[in-house]
Amino acid sequence: MPGSAGTKLEVGSLSFFYGKTRALKDVTFDIPERRITAIIGPSGCGKTTLLRVFNRMYDLVPGARAQGTVMFDGTDIVTTTKLLDLRQKVGMVFQRPSPFPMSIRDNVAFGPRLLGWSKTRIDDVVRRSLEAAALWDEVSDRLDAPGTSLSGGQQQRLVIARCLAVSPEVILMDEPCSALDPVATLKIEDLMVELARDYTIVIVTHNMQQAARVSDFTAFMLMNPEGRHGELIEFAPTADLFNAPRDPRTEAYITGRFG
Amino acid sequence: MAAAVDSAAVAPVEIPRPPDRYRTFTAFVSWAAPASLILIVAVLIQQAWPSVTRFGAGFLIGTEWNQVTNSFGALPFIFGTVVTSAIALAIALPVGVAVAVLLAEPGAQGVRGALGTGIELLAAIPSVVYGIWALYVLAPWTLLHIETPVTDRLGFIPFLGGVPRQTSLFTASLVLAVMILPTLSAVSRDVIRSVPRGLRESTVAIGATWWETTWHVILPAARAGIFGATVLALGRALAETVAVAMVIGNRPEIPHSVFSPGYTLAAVIANEFAEATGDIYQGALVEIGLVLILVTLTVNVLALLLVQSARARALV
Repeated sequence: MPGSAGTKLEVGSLSFFYGKTRALKDVTFDIPERRITAIIGPSGCGKTTLLRVFNRMYDLVPGARAQGTVMFDGTDIVTTTKLLDLRQKVGMVFQRPSPFPMSIRDNVAFGPRLLGWSKTRIDDVVRRSLEAAALWDEVSDRLDAPGTSLSGGQQQRLVIARCLAVSPEVILMDEPCSALDPVATLKIEDLMVELARDYTIVIVTHNMQQAARVSDFTAFMLMNPEGRHGELIEFAPTADLFNAPRDPRTEAYITGRFG
Repeated sequence: MAAAVDSAAVAPVEIPRPPDRYRTFTAFVSWAAPASLILIVAVLIQQAWPSVTRFGAGFLIGTEWNQVTNSFGALPFIFGTVVTSAIALAIALPVGVAVAVLLAEPGAQGVRGALGTGIELLAAIPSVVYGIWALYVLAPWTLLHIETPVTDRLGFIPFLGGVPRQTSLFTASLVLAVMILPTLSAVSRDVIRSVPRGLRESTVAIGATWWETTWHVILPAARAGIFGATVLALGRALAETVAVAMVIGNRPEIPHSVFSPGYTLAAVIANEFAEATGDIYQGALVEIGLVLILVTLTVNVLALLLVQSARARALV
């Protein structure tokens, strides 16, 4: 499945700081296009921090700053000032489903409306996004019901549809299934595999089985015990990383000996 | 020992429950609140009876307030109360919500904390002090910088014309606006803060600006709470007495301009009750109190209905 793929995000010596505290040090790896890349590692290893660099979510945190480069289609995400463009191209799905306080339709149409698309185009994109998020069949007869009336798993698929509506190229997922039951989790995982045909997906997960199930590539991160900052230990095709890890620390983690 | 455990297992002892007198006490206290409301209203009705029998429903639409002829009507006071509260809310709501949005932002917590405390302290100023300040500072300033320029330029608009006065419905509204601002902004700030962070983040993540996030997602998510704050503030504005009595001009008539003197329900009771002579005059003032209760009750019921209909349409 990995096969040959172009690079979508090129992370180069990326370091990250919350005020004076270093959270990431010298992370370097390439995220392939139209593949699922999983970032795994124990709590506090900086995987969520790394993910949040890719769409500059850290701008919401006072005092946070990144060093290094993340090249995305020729622009450096770390230094770009076109945040709105960036976030349209690099969407994000969060841990807890967060439908906006409005109808299902308006949730999906939210991004397109900000972009000022025409009404017919929005109606079309609402349908296509919900279909792509495998939610259309369940909600097509109640698009005007509030987004919060859906179940947790449906809400998360609604959020994914909302994210797809603005035609992103990359979708970041921060433990998208951790608040969901196993059935809903499986649905989201199937959906991810489906979406990886058209989108580049980066997923942070605590769940190693999930990473093994869905991802094509896996990055394993760990907190450096001396510097107390996150580091990238190993990045490889998922099958290789789980079956033949090169680093003893990776092996220790995936065999459950620590973390 | 083992035998005791065994026998306990065979015949379980009933778990001791707290004595029932707590329940009785709680029930008594719970019922005391509605009961006292009914008792208060009953006493007011009894005291107001001479006026109620004499003026009937006409009291509510009567516009005369004459102690000499013993002719009393509540409409000027109802008008003054509703209009000053409405103007106060129209001024304080946008300001209060804007302040709340800024205070609820992350970052610069020291400054925001100080600002927030400062605004909350506004609520600690006694209303009579607000009255003095309004009389000596706000009223002259308003006449010079708001009322006169507005009547000069926009006097042709109804309720903005006439000869502006220092003590007026508008001045009273301004004081009220300042007085309800702390309630509005402090409660709204807490409500906005309690909007889940994920909601803000996922809005930003979709490419929304700060303004779009605030306007389209944060405020709608907080609107039920902000509405609650508004009702709370309105309740205070409707019932505010001393500060209003000091700057509204105390003239029992329906003015043609908001820049003219007026009167409110609460203010007329405070001003005239001590000197009221005769059953009818006193009864009329007590009936004014009843009307005030009616007005605040109506506002609260309307608010409740509004929230319920919003819930039914699943907006909240």
